[in-house]
Amino acid sequence: MHLENDIDKSTSIGVVKGPIQRRKWTDLVFAAGGLVTMVLALAVLLALLGQLVMDGIGRLSWQFLTSYPSRFPTQAGILSAWIGTVIVMILTALAAVPLGIGAAIYLEEYARHNWVTDLIEINIANLAGVPSIVYGLMALGLFVYQFHLGHSFLTAGLTLGMLILPMVIIATREAIRSVPSQIREASYALGATKWQTVRDHVVPYSMGGTLTGLILALSRAVGETAPLITVGALSFIAFLPHPPWQSTFPFFSLQWMFDPFTVMPIQMFNWVSRPQEEFHLNAAAAGIILMLMTLVMNALAISIRARFRARIHW
Amino acid sequence: MATGSDARLPVKAESKALSFYYGALHALKGISLVIPERHATALIGPSGCGKTTYLRCLNRMHDLYAGNRYEGEVFLYPEGVNIVAPSVDPIEIRMRVGMVFQKPNPFPKSIYENVAYGLRIRQSVRRTELDEAVERALRDAALWTEVKDRLHEPAWALSGGQQQRLCIARALATGPELLLFDEPTSALDPTATARIEELVTDLKQRVTIVIVTHNMQQAARISDFTAFMYEGKLVEFDRTEIIYTNPSNKLTEAYVTGRFG
Repeated sequence: MHLENDIDKSTSIGVVKGPIQRRKWTDLVFAAGGLVTMVLALAVLLALLGQLVMDGIGRLSWQFLTSYPSRFPTQAGILSAWIGTVIVMILTALAAVPLGIGAAIYLEEYARHNWVTDLIEINIANLAGVPSIVYGLMALGLFVYQFHLGHSFLTAGLTLGMLILPMVIIATREAIRSVPSQIREASYALGATKWQTVRDHVVPYSMGGTLTGLILALSRAVGETAPLITVGALSFIAFLPHPPWQSTFPFFSLQWMFDPFTVMPIQMFNWVSRPQEEFHLNAAAAGIILMLMTLVMNALAISIRARFRARIHW
Repeated sequence: MATGSDARLPVKAESKALSFYYGALHALKGISLVIPERHATALIGPSGCGKTTYLRCLNRMHDLYAGNRYEGEVFLYPEGVNIVAPSVDPIEIRMRVGMVFQKPNPFPKSIYENVAYGLRIRQSVRRTELDEAVERALRDAALWTEVKDRLHEPAWALSGGQQQRLCIARALATGPELLLFDEPTSALDPTATARIEELVTDLKQRVTIVIVTHNMQQAARISDFTAFMYEGKLVEFDRTEIIYTNPSNKLTEAYVTGRFG
């Protein structure tokens, strides 16, 4: 007797023969086909990753992480690139989070549901699909030429912030919608205002979804190249941005925001487009680091989601 | 419709020709009902008769959703202000009229924070006062001995019946004048139900209670007055024992004897 539903193992009791056998064959064929496609997809991915690791692993060293780019491939490193990426990501998050949460709260909790909000909703979904180079062009016109923010970290952060804003809004709205109406009613029934209900319940309980969405959006933005080239990223930076502190009053400085920037994928692009083979190895090594960054961000997203799931029960 | 001796009872709330519309749906049709102070009034009737709709008029809960409309008046005493008038702030009404819902709905916060929330949103209260108020409310809701050692643990770790008593404590903490119960035991087992009923019986000495229930035995056990509603109208209102033993309306009699509904 078989407890499992093993289609090839179970014995027939012999009353109905032919048609069952044929249908079970079709079942097997489909399962096999599915397995082949999955293996194929995984194999391609593994081959790409393997190639990258094989090329780059030799160049990975402390020196590689702590050196500026150089015209000598073996002395070149990604210090300015990875620090640039970290700064741009922070600015991106700072730009996208308040705008994204604010827009999502307004749309879910305050706005009346009519054709205008429907139109806005459709267009937010559309914005998430706009090619990133278009955001680059918009940012070049707006932040660089109109607001004179320069080819700076600030421009880069704002550009990528605009790029991921639709994703943050969508993730936050989903999270807000998952807060049950009974919880809102409990708050209102105690005499809470709309703002108190939003501040004390809706926002904290949906924070897990918002943060998860934000980090997943950031892990996509971390590899963006085109819009940053458009707003004027430099590909050779042999210095660090200004420190955020200073010795005179008010002891902090925002000068770093206006410094020229580069990021990891741009450094990689620069190295790949050089003729020397050794620079290609540097690009592969930088690729490994970039992938590790993405993996860390995804792991962070998963752990935040798990933490909030453990803390919030309806 | 109430008998002569009840006319002397102080009145906590009174609706006069109250009609209510969900958009185009006419859900309540001219309900006139007196709610005596410090007694429990039960609203009974078959599903869809409007009893929950009526209950949610008493704390202006319907204002949360677009397209709802009140007609007529609901007076809340001692001031005698018409609480469904558009000029009256629903938040002020909800600060005086508490509510306990059908399904226990504690906030995903600690037990302490659940009870303290109503006070926190009113004004900044000193920690010691807050501690006292939380303890008082939990004692009033017969929950204190069970939770006093784990006030800062999450509320969702409590059993369903404890969660519902926590929701009662949360509503009591702010000292409401009127407490609305919307089928508070429909999601609970018989033991937890008995404890809630006992609690309601205790509470009605101090606070006016209106309770919607599907369970006719429950209405008979815990209420002093019963209103029978049918298709958005008030069919009969009287002392509970009269409704159950000697109703004047055929429809009421058919419902309380279990012949329909």
